[in-house]
Amino acid sequence: MLRWIPALTLTLFLAPVAAGLIGTLLPSVGLMPVLGGTTLTLAAWRELAEWPGIGTSIRLSLTTGLAATAISLIIVFACCATCHGTRLFGTLRRLISPLLSVPHVAVAIGFAYLISPSGWIVRTISPWATGWDLPPDLATAPDQYGLTYIAALVVKEVPFLLLMTIAALGQTRAAETLSVSRSLGYGPATAWLKTVLPLVYPQIRLPVLAVLAFSTSAVDVALILAPSNPPPLAPLVLRWFNDPDLTRHFLAAAGASLQLAVVIVAVAIWYLLERVVVRAGRRWATGGDRGRWGGIGRRTSIGATTIVIFMGFMSLHGMAIWSLARRWRYPDVLPSEWTLGNWARQADSLAWPVWTTVSVGVAAALIALALVLGCLENEKRYGLQPTTRMLWLLYTPLLVPQVAFLFGGQVLLSWVGFAGTWPALVWSHLLFVLPYIFLSLTDPFRKLDERYIRSALCLGASPTRTFWQVKMPMLLRPVLVSLAVGFAVSVSQYLPTVFAGGGRYVTLTTEAVTLAAGADRRVVGVYVFLQAALPFVAFVIALGLPAWLYRDRRALRVAP
Amino acid sequence: MDRRRFRQAAFGAAVFVVGLISDIGIYPASADEAWNNVVASAKGQEVFWNAWGGDERINAYIAWVGDRVSAQYGVKLRHVKLSDTAEAVRKVLAEKAAGRNDGGSVDLIWINGENFKAMKGQKLLHGPFAKTLPNFSFVDVEDKPTTILDFTVPVDGYESPWGMAKLVFMYDTARLKTPPQSITGFLEFAKSNPSRFTYPAPPDFIGTTFLKQALYELTPTPDVLQKPAGDNFDAVTAPLWKFLEDMRPHQWRSGRSFPKNGPAQRQLLDDGEVEIAISFHPADASSAIANGLLPKTARTFVLDRGTIGNTHFVAIPFNARSKEGATVVANFLLSPEAQAHKQNPQIWGDDTVLAMGRLSPKDRELFDSLPRGVATLPPDKLGATLPEPHPSWMTRIEKSWLQQYGQ
Repeated sequence: MLRWIPALTLTLFLAPVAAGLIGTLLPSVGLMPVLGGTTLTLAAWRELAEWPGIGTSIRLSLTTGLAATAISLIIVFACCATCHGTRLFGTLRRLISPLLSVPHVAVAIGFAYLISPSGWIVRTISPWATGWDLPPDLATAPDQYGLTYIAALVVKEVPFLLLMTIAALGQTRAAETLSVSRSLGYGPATAWLKTVLPLVYPQIRLPVLAVLAFSTSAVDVALILAPSNPPPLAPLVLRWFNDPDLTRHFLAAAGASLQLAVVIVAVAIWYLLERVVVRAGRRWATGGDRGRWGGIGRRTSIGATTIVIFMGFMSLHGMAIWSLARRWRYPDVLPSEWTLGNWARQADSLAWPVWTTVSVGVAAALIALALVLGCLENEKRYGLQPTTRMLWLLYTPLLVPQVAFLFGGQVLLSWVGFAGTWPALVWSHLLFVLPYIFLSLTDPFRKLDERYIRSALCLGASPTRTFWQVKMPMLLRPVLVSLAVGFAVSVSQYLPTVFAGGGRYVTLTTEAVTLAAGADRRVVGVYVFLQAALPFVAFVIALGLPAWLYRDRRALRVAP
Repeated sequence: MDRRRFRQAAFGAAVFVVGLISDIGIYPASADEAWNNVVASAKGQEVFWNAWGGDERINAYIAWVGDRVSAQYGVKLRHVKLSDTAEAVRKVLAEKAAGRNDGGSVDLIWINGENFKAMKGQKLLHGPFAKTLPNFSFVDVEDKPTTILDFTVPVDGYESPWGMAKLVFMYDTARLKTPPQSITGFLEFAKSNPSRFTYPAPPDFIGTTFLKQALYELTPTPDVLQKPAGDNFDAVTAPLWKFLEDMRPHQWRSGRSFPKNGPAQRQLLDDGEVEIAISFHPADASSAIANGLLPKTARTFVLDRGTIGNTHFVAIPFNARSKEGATVVANFLLSPEAQAHKQNPQIWGDDTVLAMGRLSPKDRELFDSLPRGVATLPPDKLGATLPEPHPSWMTRIEKSWLQQYGQ
């Protein structure tokens, strides 16, 4: 049974991606019998090439994706280089962790309000400092070049990349390397950049590529913050997909395939950039410069990280206040009338999306956990060596743009009459939940002291009993944390819910995106707040439960 | 003889009884009975109502409807919030293409105009059902002809009327003293108040209606709008495109971006980014004030030559899974209770489709007792109602607009 789990996992996991891609590629060359497409034709690609503004859309996808990834990575490395090992680093890390679990959409909606011309930032400085009695006519959110969009992506990606970097640092001999280079007279930041960065980067390359793929093909954040005429490619594909003219389906399929190509191009550009940086960096690293700009660099990077954290929190904070506002007009810094009515009125409408969000999130996280534990236990018992290739497979759903395979996946789901069902929804979320659960659980599982298990086996316990009675209790905290991570990932999913849910299932995230288009900011505030709160509650349970269960087991308690 | 007579009598009685029984089976049951069957089958059904979800007050009203039909009929109503009704049309169309002729994912659609024409034309609708609804008898088909003629297309019972809409404009008297009175007035307003005017981006229905309203006033031959658009499209709409091009540089964000829909523009009015918002509900401003969405100084205005009015409906797709449930909901929407609640400016402020004369005194009282709302124009100030152009105009205007401004 156990031996089959890795194969089962990969099938459950990769088959839909592969099938989805095929289901996207075939219609793009005219093959879709349901819509009368039975002959091979490139008509859809021609239509795509002639679509007004398609060039701008592609360029927007590429530039925003590459810029968001590069800026996030630079901030993360600058922060690590200048603060690694200091007490401030711990503080920044603790502050930034909660942002990781917040769905992208929640940040994007809050961010849009924060920086709009009549938004919170302008309100705090108007009219006394700016003289703006009325909001200025500035296109900020969204702006023409996608700068706001990039900024919102950076706010969300910096926490992720920072935590991945910290995890990678734990796997390298960073401290020793640093002290050797420091003793050779290198400044702290220079030492980090010259000696630790080359060790860390290969370890976080996959997460970086996942960030790049996401930023180049995001739909939900783009719907809220990206320019809309023309939009980046991914929201444009969704627009075609929703077009009542069914022949647009072929165009949408071609667009979705093009999106895959765009991501591949983005990755290729990234590889080139890596080469350039490596070549220049090697000369710099071996050039002997001990570093002079440490002080300024430190202040700048702490400043940038603080701005990211601040923007992230203020985005959510602004929407939380909106959910309690009755009247909040420009240029009031805070609402002039407060109320609990927004929450009371929404109670009924919230029940359905909250239930879907929670049930799908919990189910997907539990199934993913079972599969991951099965794989890891299998690996341990049969002494298998995990390979990098395996890790790449796991990352597949995060590297392939969602729109490219979910599109075809939906076609196949409808074909087998499975679309718009709860299991289909759970499955679609599983694809994205599983890699994250795997990432967060692998290390603690593999690092668990083998001697405990040996002792249990020597005492005559079966492997199964050892698993349940020794491993699980000892791993309770990482297991629960990984569940919370998985739940948070599920809560944030937009496109999988739209495609697999077929309009019969809505979650807080899909509702928030729909409502953000126009409806009442006070109500959107309620949705954004809940969206951010649910994963947070999951993490509180994940950290609190073991602490409470093991309150009288000193060795199982975690150092605070 | 006696025995034979008895047999004959017995035979006669038997025939009578059998006939009586078969009467029930063979002949169409009375309307009441048919309706009772619908209500009985509806019980326990889950109805997925695909309805535009851009306005929170409307969403709240739909949630209220859900409570009421759940309590009265045991129907579970799910509001699938759309950003464009075309999404629901697409879903049903895709299901038909895939051969899914029952168990479809859409049970009820909030619809009118070009989407109705498209669905009716492609036989995507269940029906005719509207006239089987007991509450349909209250509908004012004589004085509100748009309840049976939707954008010049005969309804034929394939959709059931829900509410009356009329284009109005909202502004804040604290900032704007004299609003424009005509479409050309908007251009002058925009020129003298740079970046203080905009309209929602089509295909949002408020944005499209604003374009049609402009077309009405600008074209020298508004009568042709009642017939399908043909080769005359370019000639008839030329003044409209010139008007939009003249206006563009003076618009909010220099006409480079547009609010996504009506409520988004109303938010801009409240934020002070623009001076005018557009709505389809004459009581919208009052309702927005009551709900804390606009300042107390907000008021409504209309245009001298009248504004476009129409009726919005609900329809049931041909492959709906819960047809009976959807029918029951459609009937409830026509009840005096639901219609009066909807017309209340504290709730939504959408005008009723019912004829007051057909209601019982008690039901009429529900409407008479409604407040008109401080920012709502009295009926005699609301101006003439212009009929909707044929849907083909809307479809083509949308397309041209998207080509010029959308990409």
